[in-house]
Order: sequence, then structure tokens, then C-alpha cells
Amino acid sequence: MSTNSKKTPNTSLALEFKSSNFSVPVLALSSDDLITIEQQLQEKASVAPDFFKNLPVVIDLQASNKLECNIDIEALTAVIKKVGLLPIGIRGGNAQQNKQALNLLIPVYSVNHGVTTEEPQKQQTPAPTPETETRDTSTMLITQPIRSGQRIYATGDLIITAQVSSGAEIMAEGNIHVYNTLRGRASAGIQGNKDARIFCFDLQAELISIAGIYKVSEDIGASVRNKPVQIYLQNQALIIQDLLQHH
Amino acid sequence: MARIIVVTSGKGGVGKTTTSAAIAMGLAKKGHKTAVIDFDVGLRNLDLIMGCERRVVYDFVNVINGEATLNQALIRDKNCNLLYILPASQTRDKDALSQEGVGKILEELKKDFKYIVCDSPAGIEKGAHLAMYFADDAFIVTNPEVSSVRDSDRMLGILSSKSRRAEQNEEPIKEYLLLSRYSPDRVKLGEMLSLEDVQDILSLHLLGVIPESKSVLNASNSGMPVILDEKSDAGQAYADIVDRYLGEERPHRFIDEDKGFFRKLFGGK
Repeated sequence: MSTNSKKTPNTSLALEFKSSNFSVPVLALSSDDLITIEQQLQEKASVAPDFFKNLPVVIDLQASNKLECNIDIEALTAVIKKVGLLPIGIRGGNAQQNKQALNLLIPVYSVNHGVTTEEPQKQQTPAPTPETETRDTSTMLITQPIRSGQRIYATGDLIITAQVSSGAEIMAEGNIHVYNTLRGRASAGIQGNKDARIFCFDLQAELISIAGIYKVSEDIGASVRNKPVQIYLQNQALIIQDLLQHH
Repeated sequence: MARIIVVTSGKGGVGKTTTSAAIAMGLAKKGHKTAVIDFDVGLRNLDLIMGCERRVVYDFVNVINGEATLNQALIRDKNCNLLYILPASQTRDKDALSQEGVGKILEELKKDFKYIVCDSPAGIEKGAHLAMYFADDAFIVTNPEVSSVRDSDRMLGILSSKSRRAEQNEEPIKEYLLLSRYSPDRVKLGEMLSLEDVQDILSLHLLGVIPESKSVLNASNSGMPVILDEKSDAGQAYADIVDRYLGEERPHRFIDEDKGFFRKLFGGK
């Protein structure tokens, strides 16, 4: 294997940052009445205690702050924890609330997702929780053929300039580009990224999958077989599009 | 600098031992001191193909275990004094081989020999793994049919990820394709994959096509590597392969029927 292709992540590194998406419930508050909040939370939790036990939540303060209820974060998190939920972040808070949260080692998220970084004076970086979205943009490039029985996993995009044999398996958390014949299995967006795509010069794959939605060779129509295509998700369906066909 | 060649395929019965014997003999005949090692511990065959089965005293496993020296175990070929055979043990299994032991023997052979040909057993288990682990060059023997091609592809994957060169991030093993038991007539009838079909899947450097030939069976039965049968088509194919490997230009033969016709005309069997 050439040196520019890292194949298996079996390096001696003890840790690795990976990009991952989690689905976390957001607790949107529209009142500062902690007693009412606690009551209503208890009611909800009693419906499905197993579900709510140790459930991570992000506290959304946008609505409550619009109503100018300046909720005290320390008191609020105490209430939430009492009910059995685990606050793992806040968003939409004001400067004082954000500061309070960080003092409690609760990360501050921006309203449009992601951890806020433009905090003017951050005293300390909160310990990275798994929910911290670290964007891994590293691209893996492979110039050697991927043979039957080989498995490739890329944490970002995966670009392969040689062929992928039948019986080989290529996986990427991002997009997959194969500038050659794709005969093996290809899975893009393997951690759930539904916007990931697969591109290949010559589609003869055994299986293609994006974010877990797959098609096997049998289900790939003759009209796109042996053609340069792109594959993407649209309304939970895999679309295989002939790249040379004009629309 | 000595070079270690592994003759491998993944699948069994495709002609690895026939090829190992022919190639080793061809290299020795060209004046290079060559050793050929049978890695098929427990299913020893190379000695039969080389016609030295009655002279086996010590074997590969004896040397690994320190029960015999390398010189005691190496058998000099009766047809060519530059060729030596290291037979496998018939009474042991593949677990008798260790990476350390194999590595030590190869290092010792490298001091004295120009080429070391390792005849791999079928499969991808320990014997096959050790046969390819230290290789510099790999001869992939493939038959023109789908299961053989897939197994070769799998073997190529192992060569490029599990060999010493791969593990130490050195220049990868050089891989060559030897397409054996090829019959242009049957390709035409659609009974066999064509050379193009095989190359489409493997995309390897083609070292040569060996035609399906009665001479191979005759050679095996008489314990003479087929390359010594200079009149036979398979013998000539292996001679071409050795020449090409040593860097000489030889046009490819035995690929289509027309050439087969000329071959008949000019006295090939």
C-alpha cells in the first residue's frame, strides 16, 4: 500500500476525534416558574419513567428569554436533575446564563447548532462530551485497488482512484468518490449523514448504502448499471442518477 | 540482492506447484542460483513434481526446529546444479511453521541464493500467510474462471495489507499475473473467462498465459518440471515467463486461436 493511503485505523494513537451526530431532546422553556416546570416535568416523566431516566437534554432558553424571564441556570439544572434528566447543554441563553452554565461545566450551544465559540471571555473549555460536534473534514485518498476482503473506513470523505473489487467494503462518514469501477459494497454517511453521496465511474456494486438506507445489486436498475452515477437520498429513498444523462 | 518470489493463488488446484517448479528451474537454467521451498506442510507435493521425493531426508520443519541444518535439508536438483529444493514436512501441520523461524531461514538463504521461490499452499491461512509474508515479488496463478479470479483478488488484498513490506511501509510487493490452464477454444465457446475478463477484474501486470496442456500432467507424473519439455506449449510458456520476469521482451503467446494454429504448424505439441 502506498504511504498516502491510511487503511485501517489501527494506529498506536490512544484516542481519536470523530464526528458524530446525536439526536438529543431539547427542553424548550417558556416560563421561569421553577415549581411549575418541575411539576410538568414530573408528569411527563411518570408517563415513561424508563425513557426519561438519565435522559440527556439540551435546555433551550430562547422563548423564555424573549419573555424576559431570566431563569437561574443553577436552580434550573437542579430541578431538571431532580426529575432524573441530565442537562448536557444550553442554548439561547444570555451572557450571564451562559457563564453560569460553563461554571457548571455545561456546554453552551449556539441556536443554529454547534458549540458557540464566540464567547468573549471563556474561562475554561468544558470537558468535551460526546455530544460536542467536532467536524472532521479529513479526506482519505487511496490510489491502490481495494481487493476482495479488504475493508476501508474513512472518518470524512473517501476518494479512491483505483477499482473496488467485489467482496471489498468501503465505508465513509462523509461522501464516497470512486474514480474507477465500483464492484464491492459502498456505504456513505455511515454515522447517519443523510446528505452524503456516492459517486462512481462505473456502477457494478454489490450493495450501496447512504445513512443506512441500502440497495443490493439486484435492485439496481439496468439503466444505471455500468454507468458513471451519483447516488443520494431523497425522501428516504436512494436515487441513482446517471451523471451523463442531461435533465 | 536476492529476491523472494511467492507463487500463490488463494484457490487450490490452479497450478501453483507446477508453476513454482517450472519457474525455479527456469531461473536456475538461466544461471541464477535458486532455491524453491514447499510451504504446504502436511500436503507435500513439490518434491514429486521435482522428482526428488526419494531423496528427502530432512525438511523445512526440521530446519525451523533446529533438528537439521539448512544445508542438510536442501536437495540439489538432478537436472540443474544451481537449483535446490527445500521440501515440506509431510507428518506435521502448518502450525509447525513460525514467522520467526521462516524469516530466519529466508535470511540465511538470501546470503547464498539469487532467487528464492516460495510455493504457497492453497487458502489464506497460516501456511499461505507465511509463504507470502517475506516476499518481494508475487506470482498470482489464476485459472480463467470466476472463483479462481475472486480468490486471487482476495489474495492480492492480503499481499497489500498483511505482508512484511506492507506492515513496514516499504515499497509494496510487485504483483504479476500468470493465467494458467487457458484454452482459447473454450473462451470462444464462452466456457471460460477471456484474458480481458480476468484483467478487467484484477488489472495486474501479465507475466504470461500458460495454455491448458497435456504436457503438464505428463511432466508431473514423470517428476520433471514442465519447463524442461522444451517442445511443449506449456514449457515454452513458462520459458517466456521466466524471460519476461528477468526483463527480456517476449511477445505474448497462447492467447488466441490463430497463434495456436501457428504453434501446431511449427511443431509445438
